[in-house]
Order: sequence, then structure tokens, then C-alpha cells
Amino acid sequence: MTEKAPVEDFATDFDHTDPQWVANPYPIWEDLRTRCPVAHTDRYGGAWFPATHAGVSTIAKDTDNFTSRTVVVANMRPTDEDLPAPIGVAPPITSDPPFHAIARKLLLPAFSPGVVNALEPQVRALCNGLLDDLIGEGVVNASERYARLIPPSVIRQMLGFPEGDTEKFIEMVHVIMDTIDQPEDERIELWEPVEEYFRVQIEDHMERPRDDLTTFLLNAEIAGQKLAIEHVFGTMVLILVAGIDTTWSAIGASLWHLAKNPEDLARLVGEPDLMSVALEEFLRFYAPVTMARLVKADMEYLGCSMKESDWILLGFPAANRDPVAFKDADQFIIDRAENRHVAFGLGIHRCIGSNLARLELRVALEEFIKRYPTFELANPKDVTWSQGQIRGPRNLPLRVMN
Amino acid sequence: MRVVIDSDLCQGQGRCFSIASTLFGFDELGNGVVLGDGGLTPATLELARLAEANCPEHAVSIEES
Repeated sequence: MTEKAPVEDFATDFDHTDPQWVANPYPIWEDLRTRCPVAHTDRYGGAWFPATHAGVSTIAKDTDNFTSRTVVVANMRPTDEDLPAPIGVAPPITSDPPFHAIARKLLLPAFSPGVVNALEPQVRALCNGLLDDLIGEGVVNASERYARLIPPSVIRQMLGFPEGDTEKFIEMVHVIMDTIDQPEDERIELWEPVEEYFRVQIEDHMERPRDDLTTFLLNAEIAGQKLAIEHVFGTMVLILVAGIDTTWSAIGASLWHLAKNPEDLARLVGEPDLMSVALEEFLRFYAPVTMARLVKADMEYLGCSMKESDWILLGFPAANRDPVAFKDADQFIIDRAENRHVAFGLGIHRCIGSNLARLELRVALEEFIKRYPTFELANPKDVTWSQGQIRGPRNLPLRVMN
Repeated sequence: MRVVIDSDLCQGQGRCFSIASTLFGFDELGNGVVLGDGGLTPATLELARLAEANCPEHAVSIEES
């Protein structure tokens, strides 16, 4: 990776990959809210960062002035050939109205609460299996060996891919996630075995349809037409990319919080019914996902001179810490009753997997604290955080006590 | 008093029916729906207010009747 100039002032030169932002972005956002409140940078060819709930909300809901054609800030802008609007490469997350509604409506039933909640016994068994693998260990890396392994296994089950392929599937998911931002020619070679594996699975489902997400996608129709195989594959890639390091991060950050706050851990262990409200506070306080938009045309907006194709870094985690929107916003209040947090976004692009994410996060926490009612950071200095638009601990050694 | 969901604002965030499953359900797309006529009693008013206060899209509201 090339060395980047350190950030001097986040108001005029922010960079969400700067080590200071990666280590602890919250004081930066708090500072920005009091003096900008929309920060700018010339990096990435020009980008804006609204630090308030109002700013984030306004832009998230304004699909007339901002496009979702690409949702990850990078040095390169997509060309029209790369990403034909309004569909985009990974519908519906990269789609704009009116196509967006068609692509989204197609997927929504597969992620509705009824369908997702039926997965609870499998998720619980999965978490217990992972915890069984840790028996006898006094220090466990809860990110690497627990949080990281839950989402891919759940999605493998939803897709109806063979159980014996779990390890292989997790490896492939990481190839996809680690290379998603690389230029296509570099990606093609690494993706070849991945595409081959998915092709075999898709063909198997065409021959033997089952009650799973793969069969659902193969049967789905837009305007009376079945989806092209590339569309099915593209949607599977989207589900993997959007559903894995996000939930991994949420589980990891919540465990990190509990490791550092024994009084919250003790309350959750002693009052299991508290989980439903605690879950929402974990999501508010440690919202892992920041999205992006592109400005459609030159305009004055929120007091800023925005230019066509400027990025918007859409910080839902920053919105969740805005004291205008939340009482004691900088305090983690485990029984916070009123919590209008925006961890899953706002408006038409609300995270389609939010019901699944909540299920995984809840069950993962419930089973972990049942197994380990007491735990703490083995060494705070060893904790590392991911860089980029998904924030969560990647190394999380916990000293556990049964 | 009755509780209503503005279906133009609802995005299926899922907060209302997880907080108050006696007042709200969901449709096949996962969007919130009011069960019955949404009429509130003194006993259910508080739950409805909690659902209102937790909807990120401000889609839930309580109407005086």
C-alpha cells in the first residue's frame, strides 16, 4: 500500500482510512459536528462527510441528487460503461429509482422476519459448535474464531450449499471480500475457482430445486423473465459482501464492549430479557457500516459547493452519536428505551439483511455470555480494528472464565 | 386514539413489531402493518408510544380520535 499523507485537519482533509480515524473515530466526528458540520477532502478525487444525523438523513433520503451507483469510496470513479445506471453492478444496493424498487421487492421476501426467524435454531447450534471448539482455552480470539465464522456459515446454509463445504466457503468469501475493490484484471484470476464453485452449486440447484435462497433466486422473475445466471451470481456476491464483515464487526464490537464493561456484562447475564433493548444500543453505539453516494450534478447543498461525482461518505455511525438526535449520545446505555438509531441506514436502501443481522448478533451474544458469563480483554493493546467503511475488531483476544 | 403506520415512510426497519407484537405485524416484504384497527387502550398506549419513539423512519404515529 502506498504511504498516505497524515491528516492535519479532518474538517478540510479527512480520510476514513487514516490511522487516527481507524483507531477511534468518535472524537473526530464530535469535533466535526461542532464546527463544520459537513467535512470535505480533496482525497479520492473529492469527498464530503456529513457528521450530523440531520445531514446523513437528508442525503440518505435524497435519491434525486445522489446516486448509489457505487457505495464504496475509492480513488477511481466508475464510468457509465462499468456501471450502467440505474441498475448498477449489484442490484439493488447500487440501483437508483425507479429500477431499485423492482430489484428490491424481488429480494425482500427472502429476508422478511418470518423467513429469517425460522433460522434461529440453526444459528444457535452453529454458535454452540464454535464455542465447543474453544473448550479448554483460557484466552480466545473472539473475532477470529467466533464472530468471523458465524455470518458465512449462516449464509452458506441460506444458500443451501453443502455443509461439508463450510471451510471452503469461508475461504472463498474472503477472496471475494479481499479483492472486491481490486481492478478487474487482477480479480479475474482469483475469482476463477470461486465462480466455478458457485456455477456448480447453481447448476445443482437447477437440477434439484430446494427450499433455499439459491432456488428462490433461480425462480425469481422480473417482468415475467427469469434472472440471468450472471444476475443470480451477482446477487449472491452482494449478499456475501454485505452480510459478512458487517455482522462479524457488530458481534465483535459488542463483545469488545462487554469485555471492557463488566457491569453491562453482569446485567446482561442476570437479565436475559434485557437483550432486545441492549441489542439496539450495541447497534447504535457500534454501528459498523458507513455507505457512500455520488453527487449527481454540481450544486449548492447543505451549504457546500458540491461537484458532480464528488463522493459522499454516508456515516450512519456518526449520525448515531449526534447529541441533537440522541440524549446522552456519547454514553452507552444498555437499557436505552428510546433508540431511533440508523445503523441499518435510512430510506429506500435500508439494509435488506437487517433482520438476519439482528438474529445473528442476538444469538451470538446470548450463547457467548451463557458459555462465558465473565470475560475481559486479555491485553487491550492487542485489539486491532478494520480499516475502511466497515468498522469492527479484527483481533480480539479475550480472557474467558466459565 | 389509534396508532397508524405511514406506508410511504415505512422501510421495514422492523422496530415496531419487535417492540409491540400485539399492535404490529409485518407483510411479506417485511414492512410493518398495524394489527386490527390500531385502536389503543390506556394499557397499550405506552407500547404504541415506544414503537413511535423507536422508528428511525418516523413512520409510526398516534392519532387522536
